[in-house]
Amino acid sequence: MTITDTTGVAAGTGDAAAAGANAAPALRFAGVRKQFRDGTVALVDTDLTVRPGEFVSVVGPSGCGKSTLLRIASGLDDATGGTVDVASRNVGYVFQDATLLPWRNVAANVGLLAELEHMDKAERSRRIGEAIGLVGLTGFEKHLPHELSGGMRMRASLARSLVLDPSIFLFDEPFGALDEITRERLNDELLRMFVLRRFAALFITHSVAEAVFLSTRVVVMSGRPGRVKADLAVPFDYPRSPELRYRPEFAALCGEISGHLRSEA
Amino acid sequence: MSAPVPAATDTTGTDSSRPDATRPDSSQDGAAGPASAAAVAAASRGAGAPDASGSATRSGRARRSRSGSGNGPISLVVLPAAVFGLFIGLWYAVSEGMLNQQQRFMLPPPHEVVRIGFLDGKNFSSMMSALKLTSEVTFAGLAIAIVIGVLVAVAMSQARWIENSLYPWAVVVQTVPILALTPVLSFFFGFALTSRIIVCVIIAFFPIVSNTLFGLQSVDRGMHELFTLHHTGRLTRLWKLQIPAALPSMFTGFRNAAGLAVIGAIVGEFAFKQGDPGLGTNMSVFTSRLEGERLWATTLTASLLGIAVFVFFGWLARRVVGRWYQPKRG
Repeated sequence: MTITDTTGVAAGTGDAAAAGANAAPALRFAGVRKQFRDGTVALVDTDLTVRPGEFVSVVGPSGCGKSTLLRIASGLDDATGGTVDVASRNVGYVFQDATLLPWRNVAANVGLLAELEHMDKAERSRRIGEAIGLVGLTGFEKHLPHELSGGMRMRASLARSLVLDPSIFLFDEPFGALDEITRERLNDELLRMFVLRRFAALFITHSVAEAVFLSTRVVVMSGRPGRVKADLAVPFDYPRSPELRYRPEFAALCGEISGHLRSEA
Repeated sequence: MSAPVPAATDTTGTDSSRPDATRPDSSQDGAAGPASAAAVAAASRGAGAPDASGSATRSGRARRSRSGSGNGPISLVVLPAAVFGLFIGLWYAVSEGMLNQQQRFMLPPPHEVVRIGFLDGKNFSSMMSALKLTSEVTFAGLAIAIVIGVLVAVAMSQARWIENSLYPWAVVVQTVPILALTPVLSFFFGFALTSRIIVCVIIAFFPIVSNTLFGLQSVDRGMHELFTLHHTGRLTRLWKLQIPAALPSMFTGFRNAAGLAVIGAIVGEFAFKQGDPGLGTNMSVFTSRLEGERLWATTLTASLLGIAVFVFFGWLARRVVGRWYQPKRG
């Protein structure tokens, strides 16, 4: 597997979103259906496209198959119908929990995936340093996970994925377990990374405000069985400042999305 | 008179000696005899949780010292000492109060046990050479049990069908009455050291298998998926994820097995008496000669050996995994 796979992504260039509009999708679900072995139908006729440079958030009621969508995209689960195209093999997956190995220190945890992908040692340690710097954990390289706060563990988890410089990022409610203040801080920093690396992102969340703040598009899913119910563009430019959260346009868009969700529940 | 079983080592082993005890007992220290628990705790203090980074955060240290506050000098020294005093008192009460002169050989008073069993030079040196031999059997048996037990558990963790084929037999090995095996063991391996070691392995085997398997199988699903996403092979997954994650419960198994290995060595010496005498051989001899003092001195020595290996494995576990693994305490 090539580590520097940047299929279809104008990585790091200025106006990647515009460039990506014409490019092949980074991620495409077409008529995807998922039925579990016990007969539960999690997804029906789900169509969703994420283009290079797009940050798409998915919100929806609990159990609507949001996470299933990610598991299918990553190959952890198979769809039982429809087609799924993933443009790159270099996909970053950030779990709900930090899933750090408790016996490895921060640096060794951040290097884990690179190690599993057999990246050579010099390159690995260069990228570990870079990723740790990017998530603001410099100085904590030698700390063990149990010595870190929940937010710091999540930063380490992000850094672990960043080391491989993925062109597609899948986020499964990564900040759901954090307090509001930490969550907003990490949102700000995630956006900084997004502007810097301009990966394609599919982000699952329960928080409408988080979805709007981060995304170029927000997708609302219906209750089980899940399907895409609304797809709204977020018109704010990057980089976005934390104050955006308190602007009336921001609140209006959040309100609109909440309306879609309410009519669903 | 039936063979006395070393009390302290027995308590350490009871949890795992049940065939259904597949879970490592996190409250191990609480279940063990108070003296050994105190010894373990004291040993951990002496060793100190090694901090490789040398830069634990303040919260890390705070956590450590808070858990230590319930373990002050009073609860670590005074309480076990009080229990010891009670134990000696009870011993005297039974020996001098309940047994008459003719019966007293069964449980001679403590000072007689110490005088004849430990302070008599000739008796003491013969006990020390027996202790040396029994220790050798214990460590050889334990080492073999650890190697085979871990390999078997690793094999079982790799495929359901291997686990299904082997696990019932691991339980059977645990429950088979050793005495029934003596004829066949003696036929193939003779009446001396080899057979003793085999008995020791059989007795120590199960807790190692069950705890190692439990550790290998209880790895967090998210971590497994992380490795799956990167197409990790079985060996890498085993080496970088499952074995390190299993280490704490493996050590629980080793520690239980260590206590059982001492019992195994003694039972083995009971059954296979050729060659140099070990503690078990001596116990059998002293029992038939009604030498209660030396019998009890030997029993205490066997207990001390059990406590020593138990403490050693507690210390080793803290050396190896104590840096990152903190079992939750009440």
